[in-house]
Amino acid sequence: MKKIGLTLLLLFTIVQLSTAATLKIGMVTTLSTKAGYLGEDIRDGFALAIEQGAGTLGGIPVELMVEDDGRKPEKGKQIAERFIKKEKAHILTGIVFSNVAMAVVPKVVRQNVVYLSTNAAPSKLAGKGCNPNYFSVSYQNDNLDEVVGQYVTEAGHKTAYLIAPNYPAGKDHLAGFKRFYTGKIVGEVYTKLGQSDYAAEIAALRAAKPEAVFFFLPGGMGINFLKQYAQAGLSKEIPVYGPAFSFDERILKAVGPAALGVKNGSQWTHDLDNAANVEFVKAYQEKYGRMPTLYAAQGYDTARLIGSALKAVKGNIEDLDAFKAELKKADFASVRGNFSFGVNQHPVQDVYIREVIETENGGYTNKTVKKVFSNHIDAYAAECKM
Amino acid sequence: MLLVVEQLLNGLQFGITLFLMSAGLTLVFGIMQVINLAHGSFYMIGAYVGATVTVYTGSFLLGIAAALPASAVCGMVVEIIVLRKLYNREHLDQVLATFGLIMFFNELTRIIWGRQPLFMDVPPWLSGNIELLPGLFYPTYRLAVIGVGILVALVLWLIFSRTRIGMQIRAGASNRDMIGALGVNIKLLYTLVFGMGTALAGLAGVMAGPILAVESGMGESILILTFVVIVIGGIGSIRGAVAGALLVGLVDTMGRAFLPALFRFLFDSATADSAAASLSSMAIYILMAAILVWKPKGLFPAHS
Amino acid sequence: MNPLFRKYVCIAAVALLLAILPIAASMLGQEYYISLFSRILIYAIAAVSLDLLLGFSGMISLGHAAFVGIGSYVVGIFFYHSAEMEPLLTHPFTVQGSENGLIVIPLAVLVSAIFALVIGALSLRTKGMHFIMITLAFAQMIYYFFVSLEKYGGDDGLSLYARSTLPGLDLGNDLQFYYLCLLLLSLFLLFTTRLVASPFGIVIRGCSNNERRINALGINAYGYKLACFVIAGAGAGLAGALLANQTEYVSPGLMHWTLSGELMVMVLLGGLGTLFGPVLGAAAFLLLEEFLAMYTEHWMLYLGPFLILVVIFAKRGLYGVLVGGGKDHG
Repeated sequence: MKKIGLTLLLLFTIVQLSTAATLKIGMVTTLSTKAGYLGEDIRDGFALAIEQGAGTLGGIPVELMVEDDGRKPEKGKQIAERFIKKEKAHILTGIVFSNVAMAVVPKVVRQNVVYLSTNAAPSKLAGKGCNPNYFSVSYQNDNLDEVVGQYVTEAGHKTAYLIAPNYPAGKDHLAGFKRFYTGKIVGEVYTKLGQSDYAAEIAALRAAKPEAVFFFLPGGMGINFLKQYAQAGLSKEIPVYGPAFSFDERILKAVGPAALGVKNGSQWTHDLDNAANVEFVKAYQEKYGRMPTLYAAQGYDTARLIGSALKAVKGNIEDLDAFKAELKKADFASVRGNFSFGVNQHPVQDVYIREVIETENGGYTNKTVKKVFSNHIDAYAAECKM
Repeated sequence: MLLVVEQLLNGLQFGITLFLMSAGLTLVFGIMQVINLAHGSFYMIGAYVGATVTVYTGSFLLGIAAALPASAVCGMVVEIIVLRKLYNREHLDQVLATFGLIMFFNELTRIIWGRQPLFMDVPPWLSGNIELLPGLFYPTYRLAVIGVGILVALVLWLIFSRTRIGMQIRAGASNRDMIGALGVNIKLLYTLVFGMGTALAGLAGVMAGPILAVESGMGESILILTFVVIVIGGIGSIRGAVAGALLVGLVDTMGRAFLPALFRFLFDSATADSAAASLSSMAIYILMAAILVWKPKGLFPAHS
Repeated sequence: MNPLFRKYVCIAAVALLLAILPIAASMLGQEYYISLFSRILIYAIAAVSLDLLLGFSGMISLGHAAFVGIGSYVVGIFFYHSAEMEPLLTHPFTVQGSENGLIVIPLAVLVSAIFALVIGALSLRTKGMHFIMITLAFAQMIYYFFVSLEKYGGDDGLSLYARSTLPGLDLGNDLQFYYLCLLLLSLFLLFTTRLVASPFGIVIRGCSNNERRINALGINAYGYKLACFVIAGAGAGLAGALLANQTEYVSPGLMHWTLSGELMVMVLLGGLGTLFGPVLGAAAFLLLEEFLAMYTEHWMLYLGPFLILVVIFAKRGLYGVLVGGGKDHG
C-alpha cells in the first residue's frame, strides 16, 4: 500500500510540474516483449526530430508522452484513453502492431483526435475503414510485399514458395506479394504464430523445388527462419525474398551472414540520396550510436510531418480540420524523398528493392538496388470513401 | 520417402532439445515438488551468456563452458533466495513466485543486453551438411544437437543408477524426511539438484542459440512445451521426459510437415491451408489432453 | 477491534469508495478514472470467480483466461453478425446476430459455462500439477483456434464500434457502464459468499482439504468440483462479456496464458480464499501496472520481485492486511 501511495504522490507531482502550455503528443508503442526494439526505434526517431527542434516541432513546444502497450491491444486502448481523457492529447501516434492498431484506432478517431501511424497500417483501415482523422505515415501493410512480388516477377523466377504465420497479417502480406507476382505459386505454408523451429517447413520447401522463396515472418520468427535456411545450405540454391521487416539493421545484427545478399522490399534505406535523409542518418548515429532502421525513419518522418502542420496552423489545433488539411499537404522534407498522401491518407511513395550487404566494420546493412515502384498507391485506396 | 526420413530426423532433433529442457524441470519437480515456471529464464540466460562469450572469444566451446556455470549459479542463487522458502507451500504460491521471476529476468536481460536480439552463429567446424543417405543432406549442427542430447541422457542415467549422489537424489524423491534423518544434507542436495537442472536448461539454451533468435522472452515459448513434455511423460521421471520429449517433437514436426498435404486431399486449398495450420498449432495440446484423460498421471509416473 | 466488525467496516468503506468514485472523478474533471475503474471492476469479477477455484476448492487452473476470452468472443461475434446483417447460423436453424445486452451477456455466460463443463469434466480426472497443465493445454488450444479464425479477425481481433444495448440504459455512457459493472460485481460477490457458506461450499472446501474423506462420506466429490468449475467459468464469461463492451474490442490475447497468470496474481495479491480480497487484488494489480508503467519503462523489473515478496511474506494479501485474522470464508 505504501508503495502505491508513494507512486501516486510522485505522479501527482509530475503532473503538477508539466502543466505548462506545451502541446501533448501521446505515443502508444511496444517497448517490452521480444518486439520491444521496434517501439524503441520509433520513439528514438521521433524524439530526435523534437530534439533537433530544441523541444519543438515546427517551432511549437511539444511534450512527447511515451508508454509501452506490451503488444496487448487492450492495454494499448487503455493507454490511448488515458492520453485523450486525462492528458487531453489531440495527437496520438506510435503503434507498432496491427492488432493493437485495430483495437485502438477505430475508437480514437471517433473522438476528435488525430492518429498518425508510425508503422502498422492494416488493410481494414486503408479501405472501407478509412477515416479523416487517421493518417498512415509509414505505408500500407502490403506495399513492401507488392514490391517484392513485382521484383521477383521481373527477375524471371517462374515458381515461388510462400511462408507466413497463420494470422490475418500473414495472409495480407502474402496477398500483397501475389497481387504483383505472375509466376506459379508451388506452395503456400502458414506456420504457427511465434514458431521457433522451421526444420519441417524447410524440408518440405526443398522437396517442392521452387525457383524463389518469399517469406513474411516478422521479428524473431524471421531470424530463426533465415538462420535455419542458411544452415540447411539452401541460401546458395534457392534465393529468398521478403519485406523489409526481417531485414532491419537490428535484426541483421542477430541474423549475421545468413542474410547476406538477400533482396528485400522497403520504402526507405539509409543510403537514399536526399538532404533530409543524409542529415537524419548522421544525427541518429551520433545520438544513439547505432544505425537507424526503417522504423526509426518512420518515427522521424511522422514527427516532422506533425511539425510542418503545426507550423502552418501556428500551434492552434483547436481547429482540428485546419490542422488535418495541413497534414494532408505533407509539406515536409521526408527522408524518403518523394512523399504525398493518397485519398485514403496513406502514403503515395516510391518503393525500392534493397540488398543486405556487409559494412566495413563487419556489421550488416542494406543498400538500395532498384526503384521498382514510383509514386505507388496502395490497393485499398479505391475502396475508401472519404 | 527421403522427405519422411528427414522430417523424422527433424522431429527427433526437436524432441531432443525439448528433452534437455525437460530433464532439469522434471528432476526439480520430482525431487522438490516445486513448480518452476522460471525454468525458461535459465534457458534464456544460457543462450545470452553463451552468445556473448562466443562472439567475444570466437569460440563456441568457450561459450558453452561459460553458459553452463552461469545458468547453474543463477539457478542456485534463485533457489537459495526464493524457492527455499516455498518448498512447503502450495503449488499456487510457487507458480506465482516463479511467474514474478520470469518478469524480473526478462526485464533484466533487456536492461543488460538491450532490446535487440543477439547474434550467435554455428561454429565453422559444425557448419555445413552431411549426406546421411544418398540425396538426404542434414545440417551437421543439428546432428551435433542430437548427439549432445543422447550423451546427456546417458550421463543422467549413469549418475542416477551408478553414483552415491544419484542414489541420494532418488531416495530424496521418494521420502525426503527419511533421507534427512539419515544424515544427508537435504538443503545442499536440493541446491545442487536445482543448479544441475538449470545448467541443463542453460545447455539447451546455448545449443539453441545458433539455430534460434537469442532474445528476451525466448524462454516462455519453450517453457510451455517443456511442461507439456513432462506432464505427458509423467512428472519426476527421466524416462518419461525422454518419451514425452520425443513424442511431442515428432507429433509437432510431423503435423506441420504432413497435415497440409493431407488436408489438401480433403478440402479446397484455402480451407485446407488454414485448417491444417490451426490444427497443427493445436496438435500437441490435443495430444496432451488426450493422454491425460487416458492416463491422468502421464505415461511413466515416477511414484506408481 | 472485533475482527468481524473490522471486516464489515472495510467492506463498507471499499463499497462506498467505489460508489462515489465516478462522481468524484467527474467533479475533478478526471473522467478517465471512470473507465479505468470499470476495467478494474470487470477484472475483479474474473478474479473472484478464479478465487472460487484457487481459494476454496483447491483447483489450480492456469487456463481461466480462456473463459474470459470465450465470453468476450460471444459478444463480439454476435455484434459482428448484427453489424454485417448476416445470420450467424443458417443450419439447422437460423440464428441472427444481436447487439442486445439482455441476449448476448447471458448467452456469453451460458457458452462459457458449457465450455467449462466440457473442459472441467475432462480436466478433473487429473490432480495437482497435472490439473494445472491440462487446464493450460485447453486454454492454449482455444487460443490457437481463435488466432487462426480468419472470419473473426484472428490475431487482429474484432472491433465492436459500439457497446451492447440495454433497455433504459446507455452503455456508451461511461458512468452508466461503470454502475452496471459495479452492480454485477456486487451481485456476483453476494452470490459467491452465499455459495461458499452453503452446504455446497462446505463440501467444496472439504474436497480441497481431503477429497478421500469426502468420498468416504458417500458424497461424489467429482460432481461437486465440476459444478464449482462451471460456476467459476460462467463468472469469467460474464467478465469477458463486460470486457468486450468496455474495450469495444475482442482478441485472442484475452486467452493467453499470461492473462491467466495475471488473474492468479490478482487473487493472491488480494488474499486467497477471501472473495472480497480479489477485488482489492484486481485494483492493486491494475493500478500498480498503470502507474509503474508511467514511472518507469522497466516496470516489470519491480513488479516481479514485488510479487515474490507478496507470495513469501503477505500470505493473506491485501485483505489480510486490512482485515487481519486468518483465512476467512466470507
